[in-house]
Amino acid sequence: MRVLEGDKVTKYFGGLAALSKVDFHVDKGEIVGLIGPNGAGKTTLFNLISGALPLKSGVINFRGEKISGLKPHQICKRGVSRTFQSIKIFGNMPVFQNVLLGALFGTPTAMSSADAAKETAKLVEFVGLSAVSAVPVKDLTLVNQKRVEVARALATEPQLLLLDELMAGLNSTEVAESMELVTAIRDKGITIFMIEHVMKAIMNICGRIMVLHHGEKIADGTPKEVATSKKVIEVYLGE
Amino acid sequence: MDNTKFTPRKLLTPGIVLLIFALLVTFPLYTSGYNIVLLAAILMYVVLTVSWTMFSGPTGYISLAPAAFFGVGIYTAAVLGHSLPLLAMVGAAGLVCFILALGVGTITLRLKGVYFAIFTFGLVVLLKELLLFWEIVVTKTRGRFVVLETNDTIFYVMLGIFVATMLTTYFIRRSRLGLALVSIGENEEAAAHIGINVTWLKVLIFAISSIFMGMTGAIMATRWTYVDPYVAFNPLFSFLPVLMAIFGGLGKFYGPVIGAAIFAYTEELLLTKFPYYYMLTFGIILILVILYMPDGLAGFIEKWRKGGWRRKRAST
Amino acid sequence: MVVTILNIVIAGLLMGGIYALIAMGLSLQYGVARVLNISHGEFIMLGAFITWVLFTSIGLNPFISLVVSGPILFGIGFLVYRTLFTSLRNKAPNQGAFEGSSMLATFGLLFIIQNIALAIWGGDMRAYSFLNFGIKFAGTVFAANRLAALVLAIVVGLGFYIFLARTRIGKAIRAAAQDPPVAALMGVNINLVLALCFGLGAFMAGFAGLLVSMCYPIYGTMGLEYTIIALIVVVLGGLGSIPGSFIGGFVLGLVGAIVSSFQPALAMAAYYVLFMVLLIVKPTGIMGK
Repeated sequence: MRVLEGDKVTKYFGGLAALSKVDFHVDKGEIVGLIGPNGAGKTTLFNLISGALPLKSGVINFRGEKISGLKPHQICKRGVSRTFQSIKIFGNMPVFQNVLLGALFGTPTAMSSADAAKETAKLVEFVGLSAVSAVPVKDLTLVNQKRVEVARALATEPQLLLLDELMAGLNSTEVAESMELVTAIRDKGITIFMIEHVMKAIMNICGRIMVLHHGEKIADGTPKEVATSKKVIEVYLGE
Repeated sequence: MDNTKFTPRKLLTPGIVLLIFALLVTFPLYTSGYNIVLLAAILMYVVLTVSWTMFSGPTGYISLAPAAFFGVGIYTAAVLGHSLPLLAMVGAAGLVCFILALGVGTITLRLKGVYFAIFTFGLVVLLKELLLFWEIVVTKTRGRFVVLETNDTIFYVMLGIFVATMLTTYFIRRSRLGLALVSIGENEEAAAHIGINVTWLKVLIFAISSIFMGMTGAIMATRWTYVDPYVAFNPLFSFLPVLMAIFGGLGKFYGPVIGAAIFAYTEELLLTKFPYYYMLTFGIILILVILYMPDGLAGFIEKWRKGGWRRKRAST
Repeated sequence: MVVTILNIVIAGLLMGGIYALIAMGLSLQYGVARVLNISHGEFIMLGAFITWVLFTSIGLNPFISLVVSGPILFGIGFLVYRTLFTSLRNKAPNQGAFEGSSMLATFGLLFIIQNIALAIWGGDMRAYSFLNFGIKFAGTVFAANRLAALVLAIVVGLGFYIFLARTRIGKAIRAAAQDPPVAALMGVNINLVLALCFGLGAFMAGFAGLLVSMCYPIYGTMGLEYTIIALIVVVLGGLGSIPGSFIGGFVLGLVGAIVSSFQPALAMAAYYVLFMVLLIVKPTGIMGK
């Protein structure tokens, strides 16, 4: 089943086409990677999906319903959550409150405070941060701050999770742990669409990879297909 | 702390609050007219400051509207005071401000904070000009007369508004809405992405805070026989709450209260004697506080309570 | 009929010239130095009062007294930025926090400057008479002082625009406005440029005050209304666009003149309606993206 579908998605910044008639789809249960050189339009695409920016033209559908044109909080409640490339945490609040907010406001059906607190505790444990649950997030290490963002996104009970460069700035141990976290999330039944530059992660956990370049999709296939595509190698992986 | 045990310690804060409340309520019984008026004025500043903090504190959207709502409250008293009983008039003032704030908020709170600050800043002058126009050109009168009330009445109504403001602020802070408000101040885009309807929430809290400002204006107007647009719409009543809130400290619940109380007390005493020099000092204090005491008096107190100074020195 | 329209247009341009100047000054301070200067109007008031004092005490021609008032106001602005705002910039964790705390600090400045003026000169209106004769033009009579003010406003405004576009310092300023850290990397002395811009903004305010004092009575609390108008023009022109402020000033002046021809008391309200419509339809303003 197609969970996410984009048809001829286009976005302009001034005169520059950030995205140009991009078609894409993500099926239920997949982990789809989104790669491309800097400036290719990857985060812009995520911004269009999550409602942070409006489209110029085209349509984005989620589970058969049109979500392009809706506001971020509405899209979140329908089941799409995301993390951010430049991390957007509530720094002065403790870990618990950060995640709790997701549970209180982002779920498709409203939760009581008690249930939200229970869910929060479970998620904080799931990402391995129970020990620092009461610490203000700004005092945590980068990798833990990213975990908080993930837990907060999960608290909204998404069916689709958009991860924007989760592994950026992490060392190889942290990358390996994050890869495990991503597969654990997929095992919970959540579909994942992830932007990444860390090739090891993308090649290993993604079932399918999409490649963007200058706002256009230039490849879409299995890791093997993408790694051996002449076009992709020219533009991105090799040179 | 074990939340199941019932210890004497837990009675301390509610106990102090009740004591203060009892003192305030019985105040007119044992002091003279001047002190009652003074205390009512202090409560007025406290309410303006606390209601300003209700919205601007957690979200970081600096509102310069208190003077506008205060003025609307004053004018409601002038216009409706003759035809409505006192409490109904005060309530009406709150309602008018609520509606006005809904409008202002809906137009400006969808945008970046700087537009909101600019719009609310000019609002007081706009309203003054509009009412001047109305009076000069339409009704052909200048100023209006207000129904006077006794000092005791004014005090008790003001006390009631004060209690309502404090209760509202307390419950908002403790609720999920309060937490959401703080998250908007921390990172509005993230807050929107986890399901919070940020625009709606900002407009709502802004509008609620305006109710108390309007009611305060309405009751304080009953002290003056005559009001006109110049008297009612004074930008000073936007600056002072901001100054008092920052001085008191925005982080803690009691910060704006002590900031307002201290300033209001000294202001009432000294303002009539040296108005210009006094306000000049306000300006200097504001700048000093922003520079050297950004967490205000409350921040200072919290640091002292936790013995922070010593620890800080040791770490260098 | 044509004469009436011409009257309105010229009256609008006269006021618009002053609006353009004060808006450009504010735009420099907000667009480049990132300070939303709520006390901008007080610098205008200071410029007006210094001119008045010099004229009434030693008979100094206002055009010449710019040599005195200009540097004073530039100096105050420059120093205030070097001390107060630089300190705030260093303490602020991010841009947003700096914009908030600096705006609040300008509140404090407003209190200080306005009350110093009130303490020295009191709250009454003052005025002086300079170039107070009429000039016949296109069938009506215009006050010479207002025409002079208009000419000066356009000359200074255009001159400043060219300065920004052509000279090296001008380009450094524009670079600093777009991207301070990158500009710093490119060798622009950022702290100096920002302080210069703030000072220049104060200078323009002072100059506008001089022009105002030539044409209208002045008083200690006059600043606030000018600040609000400057803010509206800056938004109208596009936040951070100095050419936008120049154009926006004239647009607002024209609007004011048109509304005043029907109902003078509603000019401010008209500005606000325009402001509201702008915020609803295109908050980025005329030149904004």
